[in-house]
Amino acid sequence: MSDPRDNVQQEFLAEAQELVEALSRDLLLLDEAHHRKDRIDPALINEIFRSVHTLKGIAGMFGYKHVGAVAHALEDLLDDLRLGRTSVGSQLLDVLFDSVERFQRLLALEDPESPEEEAGVQAYLAAIRSIGTETSEEEGDPLDKYAIEPAVLSVLTEYEEHRLRACIRAGLRLYRLRAAFDLTAIDDSIETLRDVASNDAEIITYLPSMEGGNDDTIELVVLIASPVPEEQLNAHFEGRYGTIEAIEERTHLPTLPPRLTSIPSAAIRMEPQAEEDPGQASLRSVANSVRVDIRKLDHLMNVVGELALIRSAVNRIVDRFKGESMHRRSLMDLDRIGRGFERQLSELRSGILDVRMVPLGQVFDKLARIVRQAAREHDKQVRLVVTGASTEIDKLIVEELTDPLMHLVRNAIDHGIESAEARTQVAKSPEGTVALNAYQKGSNVVIEVEDDGAGMNAHQLREAAVSRGLLSADVSHELTRQEMLNLVFMPGLSTSSEITGLSGRGVGMDVVKTNILRMGGMISIASEQGTGTKITVTLPITLAIIRALIVTVASRTFALPITAVREAIPYVPEDVRTIQGREVITLRGETLAICDLARLFGFRGSTSKAGRFVVVGSMGNRELGFVVDDLIGQEDVIIKALGKSLASVRGFAGATDLGDQKVALVLDAPTLFTEYFDGPDALRSLETRA
Amino acid sequence: MAFHALIVDDSSAVRAFVRASLEDADFARVQEAETGFEALRLLAANAFDVVIVDVNMPDINGLELLAFMKKSPRQQGARKILISTQVDGLDAKRGTELGADAFLQKPFEVDELRELIRGLLGSTEGVSL
Repeated sequence: MSDPRDNVQQEFLAEAQELVEALSRDLLLLDEAHHRKDRIDPALINEIFRSVHTLKGIAGMFGYKHVGAVAHALEDLLDDLRLGRTSVGSQLLDVLFDSVERFQRLLALEDPESPEEEAGVQAYLAAIRSIGTETSEEEGDPLDKYAIEPAVLSVLTEYEEHRLRACIRAGLRLYRLRAAFDLTAIDDSIETLRDVASNDAEIITYLPSMEGGNDDTIELVVLIASPVPEEQLNAHFEGRYGTIEAIEERTHLPTLPPRLTSIPSAAIRMEPQAEEDPGQASLRSVANSVRVDIRKLDHLMNVVGELALIRSAVNRIVDRFKGESMHRRSLMDLDRIGRGFERQLSELRSGILDVRMVPLGQVFDKLARIVRQAAREHDKQVRLVVTGASTEIDKLIVEELTDPLMHLVRNAIDHGIESAEARTQVAKSPEGTVALNAYQKGSNVVIEVEDDGAGMNAHQLREAAVSRGLLSADVSHELTRQEMLNLVFMPGLSTSSEITGLSGRGVGMDVVKTNILRMGGMISIASEQGTGTKITVTLPITLAIIRALIVTVASRTFALPITAVREAIPYVPEDVRTIQGREVITLRGETLAICDLARLFGFRGSTSKAGRFVVVGSMGNRELGFVVDDLIGQEDVIIKALGKSLASVRGFAGATDLGDQKVALVLDAPTLFTEYFDGPDALRSLETRA
Repeated sequence: MAFHALIVDDSSAVRAFVRASLEDADFARVQEAETGFEALRLLAANAFDVVIVDVNMPDINGLELLAFMKKSPRQQGARKILISTQVDGLDAKRGTELGADAFLQKPFEVDELRELIRGLLGSTEGVSL
């Protein structure tokens, strides 16, 4: 018999990942509240507890022994925290934050029971246990203080009973609300109830009762704890759910038989908050979302791409009949239907793209953790300011983006932000700021990592490049300041710790750049000494399907992503000038560098001199004109990976099938830009000239 | 042995696990509820042969659902299984009082669940198919 666990393993990993992410988010909130010395919301601690509790349960079922062990120990610790046996402090926060990384590592293990992890896990469990708890056993059971009906007590879970005791110990009063809810709208109603309650009351539980309910409504007894007196609480709820009544405090000793209180049976029917079709809402799912494997979406996107190809093929047939008057009417009909088809297709495509989108906030949460950690390691004061966390980007890009961004943020703190003393000396606030800004710009997403630290010394970077033999001294003197800063992305330059100290930037910026380029993105740097550094990453919103301008160069067909194209203009050979070894033209008063693709790729002979075009590309804040032979038109193309033999060729993002058995290479605009302006080739051409 | 089952658990992995365990072997028709509220809606509208509930859920907990089922005319024939992390704790004790027929301790195995259900359904005459 097959083990069903194999099929649901993915489901487990997805849920575990979500739980760890939720844990991480909640821990940041907890950390923030602790730093501000705010009152810590018990609901937040309960959320954290619940994530860990659920994780513990499912880890055991899916054979993740280490995850289960860590979650179990944390659960005990959080239970102590929840019940007031320990309090939030920096040691506790450190241990909790540690768990996030640890869970992520353990979940990524090939062998979830790997014995190699044993020692690390044990050490961590010891760290958890080292957090002291104070057991302040109080006299008697606080529950005895209230006359809670046995029927109510009998359905409380152990956990809820704990909470109830903790509330009573904390001096809160207990209340009861009895109301009937419309079953079809109960989720919204409860959501509202919770919102109203959140300020001055904690809801312990909701008990469904059969009395007063029928198939469409259900009566709930809601158990509430609140520091607020009865009248005030009722005023706050405005009678929306009926009257909230205090549960009587016992006047007798608990050893006497309990005084059963009768609950008034007049239940108040609650109107649903929003009008909904009662017929179809009855089986509506509470969680209005599904989790989908990204590969399924890729497949759908491919189907959309194939449909677009079929549509183009039909168009070509239609074109063939154009001008034949006998088919005029049918052709007009076909044309109209074709346009309708295209509209629907584009709707479908944007629908699928939309599903793939996730907010960047997912990555930013992780980065917030890095900021906290790095700041502590270096004993620096750092404030993180995030804008645009709701900016959406393709799920696949988000996955790939985490590492490069983590690197940039870490560098900003390790090498950018100065110590509090150093900052005070230069009249800066002792607390440094790292800003993460995200926003959409056309079909790109821009992410900026900005710090107000020491900035970079461009001249020292240049000297380092020369002393490392990456650049000749002669050439180095021709570099502009920006070109010197760009040296930081050169392989071999920023890998030395000595240089790191000098440059104010960390290791591996070349790796960061390679990763960003691989995603079809761009990276640029701006830095002022003493003021700070800003790294700007520009990425396409999605990788799946792109609209491209189809061009020909020396009888070969190429596709240029439309996101990189601004316009196309006729090429006039007489207008071309040469500045510093580069060909340029003047466009609306501005100098525009141009690059002849035929020459770049080394195609000879067949290039037609007349009627060529300049396709003006733009990436980030740079523009470059690509000289091509002809413009074919715009098409939606699916980028397919190049075969092994071509994969190492730079300048191509992939290949695409144009439908009429023709294959076009997709130009990799970011790489072409980078290589042209500041890549190794650009430097080599300077070298030759020198 | 075809039967109609409901799994109530806020963890989608556990729901998927239970569904896969039962559908694979027993031609069971399995419905899922993520929250107590969703469970209440399904319990009000369907008669189940087996209801599997997790004890710890936000808002409405598993014990409350057991208490509800005890009084619900539709669920008189249902066999009730409570999932809990401890089988000898307070939750299990209360579960028994509220009419739970069996317990499953998390983590549980596929065969454990299947055997349990076979045993429970075999012991009833009135399994509605």
